[in-house]
Amino acid sequence: MLPALHAVQARTGWVSQGALNYISRRLTVPPAELWGVVTFYHLLSTTPRPPIVAHVCDDIACRLRGGEELCESLERLMGAPGAHGDNGRATSWMRSPCLGQCERAPAALLTVAGERPRTITLAPVENGVASIVDLLRDPPDTSDTRLGAHAPDDRRRLVSRSVPQVGQAGLRLLGRIGRVDPTSLEAYRASDGYRALARAVEIGPAAVIAEVVASKLLGRGGAAFPTGRKWDAVAKAEARPHYLVCNADESEPGTFKDRLLMEEDPFALVEGMTVAGYATGCERGYLYLRGEYPLAAERMAGAIAAARAAGLLGADVMGGGFTFDIEIRRGAGAYICGEETALFNSIEGKRGEPRNKPPFPVEVGLFGRPTVVNNVETLVNVPALLREGGAAYGGVGTEGSTGPKLFCVSGEVARPGLYEAPFGITLRQLLDLAGAAPVRAVLLGGAAGVFVGPADLDVPLTFEGTRAIGATLGSGVIMVFGESVDMLDIVRRIAEFFRDESCGQCVPCRVGTVRQEELLARLRARRPLGSDAEEMALLKDLGQVMRDASICGLGQTASSAVESAIFRLSIAGRRA
Amino acid sequence: MKPEPIWFRPPPPPSRPPAAPARPAAPPVEVSIDGQRATVPGGATILDACRARGVDVPTLCFLPTLTPVNVCRVCVVEVIGSRALVPACSRRVEPGMAIQTESERVRVSRRMVLELLASSVDLSTAPGLHDMMARYGARPERYGRPAAPAAAGERDRREPGHHEAPVGERAETVAQPVKIDNDLYMRDYSKCVLCYKCVEACGVDAQNTFAIAVAGRGFDARISTEADVPLPDSACVYCGNCIGVCPTGALMFKREHDMRAAGTWDESKQRTTDTICPYCGVGCTLSLHVQDNRIVKVTSPADVSITSGHLCIKGRFGFTFVEPPGKDSD
Ligand SMILES: Cc1cc2nc3c(=O)[nH]c(=O)nc-3n(C[C@H](O)[C@H](O)[C@H](O)COP(=O)(O)O)c2cc1C
Ligand code: SF4
Ligand code: SF4
Ligand code: SF4
Ligand code: FES
Ligand code: FES
Repeated sequence: MLPALHAVQARTGWVSQGALNYISRRLTVPPAELWGVVTFYHLLSTTPRPPIVAHVCDDIACRLRGGEELCESLERLMGAPGAHGDNGRATSWMRSPCLGQCERAPAALLTVAGERPRTITLAPVENGVASIVDLLRDPPDTSDTRLGAHAPDDRRRLVSRSVPQVGQAGLRLLGRIGRVDPTSLEAYRASDGYRALARAVEIGPAAVIAEVVASKLLGRGGAAFPTGRKWDAVAKAEARPHYLVCNADESEPGTFKDRLLMEEDPFALVEGMTVAGYATGCERGYLYLRGEYPLAAERMAGAIAAARAAGLLGADVMGGGFTFDIEIRRGAGAYICGEETALFNSIEGKRGEPRNKPPFPVEVGLFGRPTVVNNVETLVNVPALLREGGAAYGGVGTEGSTGPKLFCVSGEVARPGLYEAPFGITLRQLLDLAGAAPVRAVLLGGAAGVFVGPADLDVPLTFEGTRAIGATLGSGVIMVFGESVDMLDIVRRIAEFFRDESCGQCVPCRVGTVRQEELLARLRARRPLGSDAEEMALLKDLGQVMRDASICGLGQTASSAVESAIFRLSIAGRRA
Repeated sequence: MKPEPIWFRPPPPPSRPPAAPARPAAPPVEVSIDGQRATVPGGATILDACRARGVDVPTLCFLPTLTPVNVCRVCVVEVIGSRALVPACSRRVEPGMAIQTESERVRVSRRMVLELLASSVDLSTAPGLHDMMARYGARPERYGRPAAPAAAGERDRREPGHHEAPVGERAETVAQPVKIDNDLYMRDYSKCVLCYKCVEACGVDAQNTFAIAVAGRGFDARISTEADVPLPDSACVYCGNCIGVCPTGALMFKREHDMRAAGTWDESKQRTTDTICPYCGVGCTLSLHVQDNRIVKVTSPADVSITSGHLCIKGRFGFTFVEPPGKDSD
């Protein structure tokens, strides 16, 4: 269903009632249910929009780098956000949560509807705010090449801006980035590509799982679940078919690692998915790709087509006697669809509402079948792990957190970007790499994470190390805030994010996120209801009910960053 | 021997509505509830186990006749060893589970869920909830005075994603004008706790009409027909099954609504008489609610296997023929 809705949105810029009626008849979906689905995603509009819409990130990393000034300039230029074409222009703009471009902040995403629909990321190298405003000044000609990809010789420079370690020796996950052409299967094969799959086919599915178990690989999507155990459970599940899902919905504010992996090393993910499918007996893998990632979608589609043409996907992969193919499904703007069960519902054409667990996906997952769901980074670890051998790979990092880890460093540092380091590097060492000035606070793990202060900089970046100080590694977000930041404004934006992105299913999160945002607005305006102490008690109560009684991780973590900022950094007392 | 064609031997007519073949019962499970050991049938939910032992667990979005959606979270209990609380209405018992139904954590969550609901939804026609709020000491006024109600249709037009930043001094609510677009029943979504029951009753759990669904996202989520069209333009067949399951009076017989508005609705003067629907051969049980010699609403008992509480338009609304002509002032 989402592909049909995407097609209409891309062609006309909105989804009309007529289009909905047609889709409803063709797919035999009740119109009311279809309405429920189309109104769930923020990239789909049920009211007319101008053909060109700029989705401007006003989320926390961009906020540190002029995101709000950008919004103000655009408001002067084009009027209020979300104008539905009634300003007589071909372009309008709206505010957007994090676009996953935080290392290049400020950023915007342009959707161009029409005969040749396109989605274009704007994150200029220099003068971010001014350049984006310039690009949007005249209703841009939709064939304007300035809106398209960057000039070819710019590529390397752009990649090294996002991945400062480009070319450095010894990188396991980022090794090919900036060196190997991401569009060429030959180049990939010439740089160790598909050696892992060959080895997998040689040793057989059970041995592959044994290798993954031996490596003690933990999921990189945020929940840190042992990948080997997950694979084993699905491989042994009796119900058939089994499905593989790669979670590439990356929407956690501050996270951009999966995007760069898919853009710059897409074949590694294809190979990782193929190995996972082989090991767990899946014939079909879904790549659920964030709707806001046009370049990643293009690269992944190219890589999948090339692999299929070379017999590396499809029937009898690599002559190994097994079938495996990958289908891309694009999200349509909903953070919650990164939650694994919401993601299943989204693929199934339902509203992206999480399911209650248990049952877990390994028993009842996509289409009710046993399903392996893994993050992009997790799967990209797999080929590297098989080449090196599970036990050796498990020797990298620390006892509790093995292997290399990607860190998304953004905010007030000299060299924001994606960094690879073995687990165990301390926060201070990482910040030195990225060039941080004295910091006021660091957000670990994104909006669902925890703020830590200058006193915590020696924490080793491992799952157990961050847990020991009451923080979390989450998806690897390291967002740095300098001395002059208005922290209450940052915290308020985080609360706003959760209010916007709650699916609305369960009471603690649906209403709790609203009350939390209202409370922060009162704190910021210094107009507490009752005493400050009462407000703090309220904040704690809200945190507790969301953490304890929400259905899914979104509600359970919606108060984590907020509470850590208020109680750990005492920002409310400082009144910036 | 020549096999006899099967159509010569029709199966004997069922004396009961056909049901799925019985599954082998799961072995009983040992659990502890509030420190008391209990043996519970395998496959039972925590709620089943508690109710069988007389332990009271409040529920809101649960009905035995509908698939549990576990969204309201008032039924949460603490399972020792589980990070978060679990919904009793849908979580199945597991061997050795240690369940706490009134621990401090449970009480805080229930109180907060009720506070959050009462601060955002009009619960005036949901009496059960008031007892529950008293029991847990919910204080919805902690969130400030309610914000002004939304204009008609405004909530239905809200798009997912970015919203205007709140001022914070007024608590946002779902208040909005009542939807009256037909003569049979009205929808007051100011009273909707979004329990999903009406959607389930309209869908696969009873009616299979799919006239309504949840639309929008987050706090703007709401029950809606397609594109929010009025009921007469939707797929609705006026079976009234959604009214039958609604726990808050958000969905209400037009007659009840009008009487409440006129101040003449008085449950103490009402008598309920069970009868069999005269219209067709199914023989649904009707409960006629009569006030001052006039039928004011029709329900069906949820524990009658023929109806499970569900009816069709004729049984639900086709009662005015018993009234003297001209008296029907609706
Ligand atoms: C609200 C929410 C959003 C999530 N978003 C993502 C995401 O964007 N990408 C991701 O890989 N995992 C995300 N997760 C975690 C997934 O539910 C799941 O744990 C993960 O995909 C499993 O993969 P892994 O074992 O490889 O980490 C999210 C979880 C929650 C609760
Ligand atoms: S916690 Fe929030 S996002 Fe998760 S199911 Fe509940 S309402 Fe939806
Ligand atoms: S009256 Fe019946 S058909 Fe109409 S919305 Fe309610 S349950 Fe659905
Ligand atoms: S209208 Fe009634 S039954 Fe439907 S979701 Fe709201 S409260 Fe529940
Ligand atoms: S792209 Fe703006 S905060 Fe991430
Ligand atoms: S009754 Fe269990 S969640 Fe609503």
